[in-house]
Amino acid sequence: MNSFPWLTLLIVIPIIGAIVLAAMPRESVTQAKKVALAVSLITLIVTIVTLFQFDSDSDQAFQLVNSYSWIPALGVKFSLGLSGISIVMVGLIGVLMPLVILGGWNEADDAIGSVKGYYSLMLTLQALLFGVFMATDRFLFYIFFEAVLIPMYFIIGRYGGPQRQYAAVKFLLYSLVGGLLMLVAVIALYVQGASQLGEGTFDLSALSTLQLDSGIQKWIFLGFFIAFAIKAPMWPVHTWLPDAAGQTTPGSAVLMVGVMDKIGTFGMLALCLPLFPEAAQFFAPFIVVLALISIIYGAIMALGQRDIMRLIAYTSVSHFGFIVMGIFAMTSQGMSGATFYMLNHGLSTGALFLIAGFLISRRGSSLIESFGGVHKVAPILAGTFLLAGLSSLSLPGMSSFVSEFLVLVGTFETYQWAAIIATVGIVLSALYILWLYQRTMTGPVAPGCENFTDLNTREKWSVGPIIALIIFFGFFAAPVLNAINPSVDRVMQQVGVVDPQPAISDNVTIPVDENAVVPLEREANDGEGGQS
Amino acid sequence: MNLTSSLIASGQESEAVEASVNYAMQASGAFTWMWLLIAFPLFGAAFLLLAGRRTDKWGHWLGVAMSLASFATAVVMFFAMIASPDADRSQTLHLWDWIAVGRFEVPIALHLDQLSMTFVLLITGVGSLIHIYAVGYMAEDPARRRFFAYLNLFVAAMLLLVLADSYLVLYFGWEGVGLASYLLISFFQYKPSAAVAGKKAFVVNRVGDIGMSIAIMLMFVTFGSVTFEGVLGNVGMASETANTWIGLMLLLAACGKSAQFPLQSWLLDAMEGPTPVSALIHAATMVTAGVYLIVRSGPIFEAAPTAATAVIVIGAITLMFGAIIGCAKDDIKKVLAGSTMSQIGYMMLAAGLGPIGYVFAIFHLVAHGCFKANMFLGAGSIMHGMNDQVDMRRFGALRFVMVGTFITFSAGWLAIMGIPPFAGFFSKDKIIEAAFMHGWIPGLVAAIGAGITAFYMTRLWTMTFTGKARWTEDNQHPHESPKIMLIPIAILAFLSVSIGFILAYGDAIINWLTPVTGYAEQETVLNHYIIEYGTLAMVIAGAVIAYLQYRRDVPITPPQHVSALTTAARRDLYGDAFNEAVFMRPGQWLTRSLVFLDSRVVDGAVNGVAALAGGLSGRLRRLQTGYVRSYGLWMLIGAVVLLGFLILVRV
Repeated sequence: MNSFPWLTLLIVIPIIGAIVLAAMPRESVTQAKKVALAVSLITLIVTIVTLFQFDSDSDQAFQLVNSYSWIPALGVKFSLGLSGISIVMVGLIGVLMPLVILGGWNEADDAIGSVKGYYSLMLTLQALLFGVFMATDRFLFYIFFEAVLIPMYFIIGRYGGPQRQYAAVKFLLYSLVGGLLMLVAVIALYVQGASQLGEGTFDLSALSTLQLDSGIQKWIFLGFFIAFAIKAPMWPVHTWLPDAAGQTTPGSAVLMVGVMDKIGTFGMLALCLPLFPEAAQFFAPFIVVLALISIIYGAIMALGQRDIMRLIAYTSVSHFGFIVMGIFAMTSQGMSGATFYMLNHGLSTGALFLIAGFLISRRGSSLIESFGGVHKVAPILAGTFLLAGLSSLSLPGMSSFVSEFLVLVGTFETYQWAAIIATVGIVLSALYILWLYQRTMTGPVAPGCENFTDLNTREKWSVGPIIALIIFFGFFAAPVLNAINPSVDRVMQQVGVVDPQPAISDNVTIPVDENAVVPLEREANDGEGGQS
Repeated sequence: MNLTSSLIASGQESEAVEASVNYAMQASGAFTWMWLLIAFPLFGAAFLLLAGRRTDKWGHWLGVAMSLASFATAVVMFFAMIASPDADRSQTLHLWDWIAVGRFEVPIALHLDQLSMTFVLLITGVGSLIHIYAVGYMAEDPARRRFFAYLNLFVAAMLLLVLADSYLVLYFGWEGVGLASYLLISFFQYKPSAAVAGKKAFVVNRVGDIGMSIAIMLMFVTFGSVTFEGVLGNVGMASETANTWIGLMLLLAACGKSAQFPLQSWLLDAMEGPTPVSALIHAATMVTAGVYLIVRSGPIFEAAPTAATAVIVIGAITLMFGAIIGCAKDDIKKVLAGSTMSQIGYMMLAAGLGPIGYVFAIFHLVAHGCFKANMFLGAGSIMHGMNDQVDMRRFGALRFVMVGTFITFSAGWLAIMGIPPFAGFFSKDKIIEAAFMHGWIPGLVAAIGAGITAFYMTRLWTMTFTGKARWTEDNQHPHESPKIMLIPIAILAFLSVSIGFILAYGDAIINWLTPVTGYAEQETVLNHYIIEYGTLAMVIAGAVIAYLQYRRDVPITPPQHVSALTTAARRDLYGDAFNEAVFMRPGQWLTRSLVFLDSRVVDGAVNGVAALAGGLSGRLRRLQTGYVRSYGLWMLIGAVVLLGFLILVRV
C-alpha cells in the first residue's frame, strides 16, 4: 500500500529547513537566504523525482500513497496521495519556491521581522501547501487548510507594507469564517459517514460512497463551498485579496495568489464535486453566475487600480472566475481546462508578481504613476513583464491560452450564455495588461526611473524558468493534460455527468436557438462511479 | 478589353465547379518539409530576441536570411505542387498533439493546398522584399535587431495562420500576427502615440477575437471538431441556424483583423509603426487574413445565405468608408491606410459573393499585396528622404528629386486605379463584374468605389510628385533613397505592372484555385461591356478631377471651411468619436463606480455580514490586538458546534 515516502519527504524537507532557519542567529542574513534556497532546491529535486513516478495511465484514484495511522479513535489518518489534479499543484509549488526565494532575495531585509524568520515562514508555508494538496484524509486536509493561515498571517503582518496589520487581520478574519464553516461541514460529513458506514472515517474514497440525503447534502456542500469561495476568492468575498496581496511581499504574494488561493478551486473540484454530486449540480447554475461576475468584475476592477500589486490581485479574481466556471460547467473540457488553468495562472501570476517586485525594489513605490518609459532603460525587464502579461491575457503560444480556451469551450457545452459573456473577459484582459504595460514601460522615462538597472543574473534566473515553462506548455500542453484527464474523468463519473454530444451526431438543433441550459444527464449507474 | 472578355464568357451561364479539396491526405515527399516554412522565421525571431545586443551588428541580415530561406522553401513547395496532379495538391502534415481533452482533440498540424500556397508565396515573397528594404530604412535605428526579430515573428505567425489545418491552430497564428502587429506598431515605444496605437490595435482585434472564440466553440458543439476536415466536411449536416451563427462570428473576427466596419478604427492609428511594417502587415498580408478566413470557410457561408449577405454588406460599407477617408487625409500613410481598408472591402465583398467571387477576392488580394506594398515602400522612401515628413501638403514636385521612387510609385498608382494593363485592372474589374452578377447594389457600390479610388490616389500622386515644391531645401532637402531600398520597390513595381496579366493569362488563377474554392459564373445584371467601359470611364473621371484640382497650389495648412463630409472624413467618419462615446466613457464611468463600490459597499457589506453573523462587531477591535486568543475562541465555537451536531444527528 505504502510506496516510498516521497510525498512525506516533500513535507518534511521544508519543515526541517524551516527549523534550521529558525535556529540560526538573527544576524546571519545571507546564510539564511542561502540555506532557504538550498532547501527549496532539494525539495524541487524531490518534486521532480516524484512527478516522474506519477503514471498517467494508472487506474488508481491516488498514487504514491503514504498512509499512517494517526488518531485511530476518530478514524483519522495521516494519509497523502497524488491525483492528476493535485499533481499539477505539487509541481507548481516545487518549481515556484526556489524562484520566489531567488526573485525576492532582498525583500525581507528592511522588515521589522528577521530575515531568517521570513524564510523560515516561507518554507513552513511551502510544507503546509504541499500537505493541503496531497492530503487524502478530510481531517488532515482541514488541519492543513487552517494551518496554512498561520505562516501567511505572520508574513503579511511582519514583512508587509505600511497597511500590513489591517491586511493581515482582514485576511485572517475572512479565512477563519470560511474555516469555521468548513469545520462544521467536515464534522457533519463525519457524522453521516459514521452512521452509514458503521465507523467514522475521513477517507475521501470511502466518503464518496455515501448516499447523502439531498437536503443534508446541500448544507454540507455549502459549508465547503463558501470556505473555498472565500479562499479562491470569488465575488463578493474577494476584497481581502487585493489588500493582502498589495501589502505583503512580492515573493509571498506569488505563493498566496499563485498557490494558496488554488486550495479553494482545488477543493471545489476534488472535494465538493465527488462528495456532493447532487448538491453540486443543484448549485452549479448559481455558481456559474457568480464565476461570471468574478470574471467581469475582477477585470473591471483591475482597470481601475493605481497600484501594480493590487491590479495583479484583481486580475486573479477574474482568472479564478474562469477556473470556477470551468469546474462547474461539469464537462471534461471545463474541468481539465480549469485544472490546467490553476497551474498556468500560478505561473503567469507568479511571473507578474516577481517582476512587479523587481520594479518596486528599484523604484521604492508600487504605484503605476511612479513608472514610465522603463523599456528604454531596462529593456529585458520590460520584455519579461510583457511576456508575463501576455500569458495573463491568454495569448496563444502561452499555456494559459490552452486552459482558458478549454474552460470556454467546456462551459459553452453546458452554459452557452455564460461562455459567450465570459468572452468579454478576453477583451478586458488585453486592456488591463496592455494599459498597465503602456503606462509603466512606454513613453518618456519617468522621473525616478532614469537609473534603473536591467535585470541582473539572479533576477533572470528567477523569472526565466517560469516564462520558459509558460511557453513550453503553450506549445506542448498534451503531456500535462494527459496527467489531468483521468482524474477529471473520475470526477465526472462520480458526479454522474457525461460530455454532451455534438449537434450533428444526433441531428438535434444546436442549443444556440434553445437559449437554455443543456440539462446535465446522469449516467445510468452512477452509484459505482466513486470507487476505484 | 479582349483579355478580360476571355476570362469570363459573358452572357453564358456556365456550370459551377465544386470545391474538391481533401483535408485528410497525409503529406508526402517534399511536402513533409513544409514545417520549415515556419521554422526558419521562428528560429530567427527567437534567436535575435534571446541573443541580445551581441548580434546587433549582423542580426538584421539573419532576419533577412531566414525570410529568404522560407521563401526558397515556398518556391520548392510550389514547384512540387505544380508537378503533382490536382488530387495530390492538398497535403496535411501532422506535427504533434497539442490539446486533447475528451472529444476536444487538436493537433498542431499544417495543411498546404493551392489557397495556402498562394498566401505562402505572397507572405514570404513580399515579406522578404520588405525585410531587405528595412535593412536600409532602419539603418539608423539602434533597435534594428529587435525590429527584425519582430518581423520574423510576424512572418512565422502569418504562415501558421494560413497553413493551419484547424480553426484553433489558425487562431494561434491569428493571435500571433496580432502580437507582432502590436509590437511593431508600438515599435517606437518612447512615443506615447505609438504605444497607444499598438494597444488600440490589439484591443480592437480582441473584440474580433470574441467572434473567433465563439465561432470555434460553436463549431465544437455542432460538429464535435474544430479541424477544417471535421467542420467544412460536415457543413451539410448542421442546421442553417448553426451555420449562420458560425458565419457571423467568423465575420466578426474578420472585421477585427481586416479593419472592416465597425472595427476599422485601429488601422489608421497603426500607421504609427515604421513604414515597412505598414507595407507588410497593414497592407499586404496581415489585414487580408480576414479575407482568407472567409474564403477558407466558404462552405459555411454557402450554407448560410444570411451570413454571406452580411459579408457583402460589410465589404460594401467598408469599401466606401475607406475610400471617403482616403479622400480627405493629408498624411500620405493615412491615405494609403484608408485605401487599404477600402481595397480589402472589395475583397470581402467578393468573398461574400460565394463561388462567383472567391477566386477574384484572392486574385485582388495578391495584386493588392504587390501594388500596395510597392506604394507603402514608396511612401517610406519619400519619408526617408524628407526627415520623416508625411504631410502631403509639404510635398510637391518630388518627381524631379526622387526619380526612382516616382516611377515605381506611378506603377502602383496606375495598378490600384485599374488602368489596363496594370494589375488592378484585371483583379478589380473581375470583382466589379462578379458584384454585378449578384445584383445592382453591390455592383454599383463597387463601380462607384473605383471612381473614388482613382480620385484619392490621383490626389495623392498629384500632391506628392507634381505641382510646385512646398518644401524648402534647408529643412527637408529631399533625396533619393539607397539602392537597398529602391531595388525591392522596383521588383514590387514590376509586379504591380505584370502580376494581373500573369495570373489572368489563360485563366491561370481560376484554374489554380478552383479545386479549393470552387468556381461559378452567373449572368450579370448589366451587359459586361457596359460594366467594363463604365468603370473605366469613372476611373478616368475621378483621376482627371483630382489632377485638375490638386495640380494647382495646395495651401500648406488645410483649409478650415470645408464641407461636412470632408470634416467627417478628416475625423475618420467619427469612428473614434463613436467608440469614445459608446465604449470608452461609459467604461471609465463603470470602472470608477465599481472601484468606489468595491471598497465601500461590497467590502463593507461582507465585513458587516460577517460581523453580524458572528456577533463580532464588538470584538473586531480586540481581534486586531490579540489574534491568538480570538483564534482559540473560534476553535471553541467550532468545538461547540461540533458537539451540537454530534448530539443532534445521533439523536
